[in-house]
Amino acid sequence: MNAHGWVTDTLILLPLGGALLVWLVPMPRVWIAPTALLVALFEIGFWIEAVARFDFDRGGLQEASKLTWFSDLGASYHVGMFEGFSLWLVGLTTIVLAAAIAYGLWAGRDRPRAYFGLMLFLTGAIVGVFTAQDLLLFYVFWEAMLIPLYVLIGVWGGPGRLGATIKFVIYTMVGSLVMLAAVIVYGLQAGTFSMIDGGTNASDWVFLGFAAAFVVKAPLFPFHGWLPDAYRESPAEVSAVLSGVVSKAAAFGFLRICFSLFPVGVHDLRTPILVLAAIGLVYGSLLAFRAPDLRGVIAYSSLAQMGLITLGLFATNDLGIDGAVLQMVNHGLISATLFMLAGAVERRTSTGQFALLGGMARGRPALATMLMATGIIALAVPGSTAFAGEFAILAGVFRQGWLYAVVGAVAIVLAAMYVLRMISAVLHDRVGSAVSDSALDLRPAELAILAPLVGLLLFLSAWPAAITDRAVAAGRVLQASAAAGWSAYPGKGAAK
Amino acid sequence: MIAAIPRPPVDWFALSPELALLGVSGLCLMAAVLVPDVARRAVSAALAAGGFAAAFALAAVLYDRSGGESVVAGAIRRDRYAALAAIIVAGAGLVAVAVSYGERRQGHVAEYYALLTAAAAGMIFLAASNNLMTLFLGLEWFSISLYILCAVDSDRARSLEAGLKYLIVGGFGSAVLLFGSALVYGATGQLQFEKIAAATSAGGLRHDSILILGLAMILAGLGFKVSAAPFHMWTPDVYEGAPTSVTAFMSAATKVAALVLTLRILFTAFPDEAHLWTIAVAVIACASLAVGNLAALVQRNVKRLLAYSSISHAGFMLIAIASNNALGGRALLYYLIPYSAMSIGAFAVVAARERELGREVTLDNLAGMGWERPLLGAAMWTFMLGFAGLPPTGGFLGKFYVFSAAYDHGWLWLVIVGIAATAVSLYYYLAVIRALYLRPSAELQFAVRGGQPPRDLLLQLGVLACLAVAVGSFFGVQPLIDLARHAFQTLPL
Repeated sequence: MNAHGWVTDTLILLPLGGALLVWLVPMPRVWIAPTALLVALFEIGFWIEAVARFDFDRGGLQEASKLTWFSDLGASYHVGMFEGFSLWLVGLTTIVLAAAIAYGLWAGRDRPRAYFGLMLFLTGAIVGVFTAQDLLLFYVFWEAMLIPLYVLIGVWGGPGRLGATIKFVIYTMVGSLVMLAAVIVYGLQAGTFSMIDGGTNASDWVFLGFAAAFVVKAPLFPFHGWLPDAYRESPAEVSAVLSGVVSKAAAFGFLRICFSLFPVGVHDLRTPILVLAAIGLVYGSLLAFRAPDLRGVIAYSSLAQMGLITLGLFATNDLGIDGAVLQMVNHGLISATLFMLAGAVERRTSTGQFALLGGMARGRPALATMLMATGIIALAVPGSTAFAGEFAILAGVFRQGWLYAVVGAVAIVLAAMYVLRMISAVLHDRVGSAVSDSALDLRPAELAILAPLVGLLLFLSAWPAAITDRAVAAGRVLQASAAAGWSAYPGKGAAK
Repeated sequence: MIAAIPRPPVDWFALSPELALLGVSGLCLMAAVLVPDVARRAVSAALAAGGFAAAFALAAVLYDRSGGESVVAGAIRRDRYAALAAIIVAGAGLVAVAVSYGERRQGHVAEYYALLTAAAAGMIFLAASNNLMTLFLGLEWFSISLYILCAVDSDRARSLEAGLKYLIVGGFGSAVLLFGSALVYGATGQLQFEKIAAATSAGGLRHDSILILGLAMILAGLGFKVSAAPFHMWTPDVYEGAPTSVTAFMSAATKVAALVLTLRILFTAFPDEAHLWTIAVAVIACASLAVGNLAALVQRNVKRLLAYSSISHAGFMLIAIASNNALGGRALLYYLIPYSAMSIGAFAVVAARERELGREVTLDNLAGMGWERPLLGAAMWTFMLGFAGLPPTGGFLGKFYVFSAAYDHGWLWLVIVGIAATAVSLYYYLAVIRALYLRPSAELQFAVRGGQPPRDLLLQLGVLACLAVAVGSFFGVQPLIDLARHAFQTLPL
């Protein structure tokens, strides 16, 4: 194994090893969750080390390590950090997963051995998706994400979990299997599965194969059939991971794989994808505005936000992509925080229905502050990091057509509507019938989980350039592996 | 008088795995008479295990020392291809012994192991056979052993029914195959595979209708053994009725022998007819995928479900054969390794549950097993994921290789059919996982009285070995693919 890539290897193998440790090594029940949390915190530490080692000015593939897996078809274990955006998404993964594990510890999930093992396994799989430089390896990690999610939702989820898991798995697997066909076609034509050496492929069909997996996972309208059930029935922290991190894997796939390997496909099919993204943005926002429950709002807002991020990506210019990467991190943190707050509310009132909630601000300052702060950032109030991300996205997509920017701007107004409706339905209004005085404020432990997430959002609000200046090394993203197609995009180079 | 018949020189070493197993089979039969009741089970199982281990070791040496030549007057082929199949069959047999040991059968204990080893010997012989006579000999040899094994629980009506059904349908399949062989011999005047190919091209028999009819009948006869649709009718009933440990062995080893031979005969005897049989095999593969997956969707009995799943896997492996290229050969040989492990392992878990409950295993009474029996549950989970073609199991890479082979042949449509079949199959494989882990605790069914305690160390070791192969073949694919490549290269093409 290559020596410079040890950080990336560790980021993948540490959680997988932690999962095995939790599953196999006999230990007292009470140690299991703290062990998992410790592994997750170490994971964050290694990520910080990776940030320190990464040379943002140079961009390209760094911290790579490579090991042949099987040579006759040219597949290898090849991982590394490709440009800044991989690094930020890995960071988002480690942070959100650590928060989710801490939340699971605090919530005291039963069958801890299985639960925390699966959470760690999921961490490793997601980090693998964000660092794989070989398409077959990418596919393996992509599928490996699904297995723990299936069980996490199916065992620890709400009453409708069986139906939710079936929908979730069938939707995502159909998309993934189409991607597998595309992986095979690409790999056998190129003679290798390497994303670095494989070169571009001009087939729109191969691009569509990959896009099928990504539009389902994101999800984009109209492939979101699994989303409401999965987000409602999962345990709160699993919903946080699903919408905060797993959905980003799809956007990452577009950026890392489609843009660098299928420039022709991206160019040919940009308009339909932009249109779907715009529809999803408005449609998701409207559904979020009408959703009768807390998780419904967050779930549909997730659909809308993924539409917005896709708009930014398929603006196919630096401004849009930088904004999209920032917005991926923003939305990851926001939706994770909101889902865990929703979990906190549900634990106290045993419902998420707005009709039964209300008036929770009185006597619960910590809950109110957290929900308000996250909500205000989520609705992209000027000065917030979400505002920076959305502004960059809209400015970027404006170059593709002013109408997209108008739609996006309308959606921001809708975002304000649904977020404020959610805040007022939970915190203000009359005291709801499910809210009793025994529903306590956030406990210190919950605050300790949520405050860092909100703190990060505030930090990014103060300095969004921390990410936008380091997402994609000054337009070189796609030149690194696919210079040919990229220069064909209109609007290129004028952005920076 | 005897000296008047010219006797070919016999390469005994090429036959050593079969001979070892046959010898053990004889010893087991003697143990049935000579060893006292108390020790009979242990002695015969130990003998069988020793026989399989010896066959495994001999096959491994044979793999190492075979370059690919016809021996025993061209009736048998000594090559790495057959040796690899022998290794898989012997490994499957070894695990099958571990799974069978816990079976509380009253009579026929030693005879059971005698038949198991004899069947394995027949399969290994079949995989190495190189002319139409030895082909039929090997096929009948292991089939007859399996007919009896299916009916070995002679006090259980289902077992007898399974044996009878298998006998009748299998006998029909053998007859078709034999008739086809006769036609091929009639058309070409040759029995040996390479000579059939040579006679076909030399005599301009490419469009000879008798030869083509013979080929079709041979393909149909082999289709029965592979349990590919539309020759699969016996499979669910036999798999369900036979003792579960027999089903475990049968589902893995029969497929290995029959598929390996199918590839050998099609590639070496009928290369000139490839334009016909590639399409025929592809159609059979599609039919198997459709029938196996769709019928499995509605099964509640886990053994039937796995039987239909094995039909669909026959379809996947036939895709590799239909591709008619070196990648397809590698794909088949690789696929067989994790598939055999997962298949035996899955039936072993079913056997454990069956013994525990003392009744048939359905999706309903599998509920909660994952939590009660962590090892067996996690193993079953892995096997189901592997069958569905999800990483990190060899099942994923097997499918990947099969699809790659089909794509390499230029048949993207076959890849798409395979992918659609995989998507459908996910539903029932996940149904098993759902039963194991996801049912609410109110639905859990605890072991009813009448079963036997779940503690069965040998079975668990067997399952663990299957798990190791299923997962190990994912990470260690390079050495296995190299084995498969070298094996395929020794075929006379």
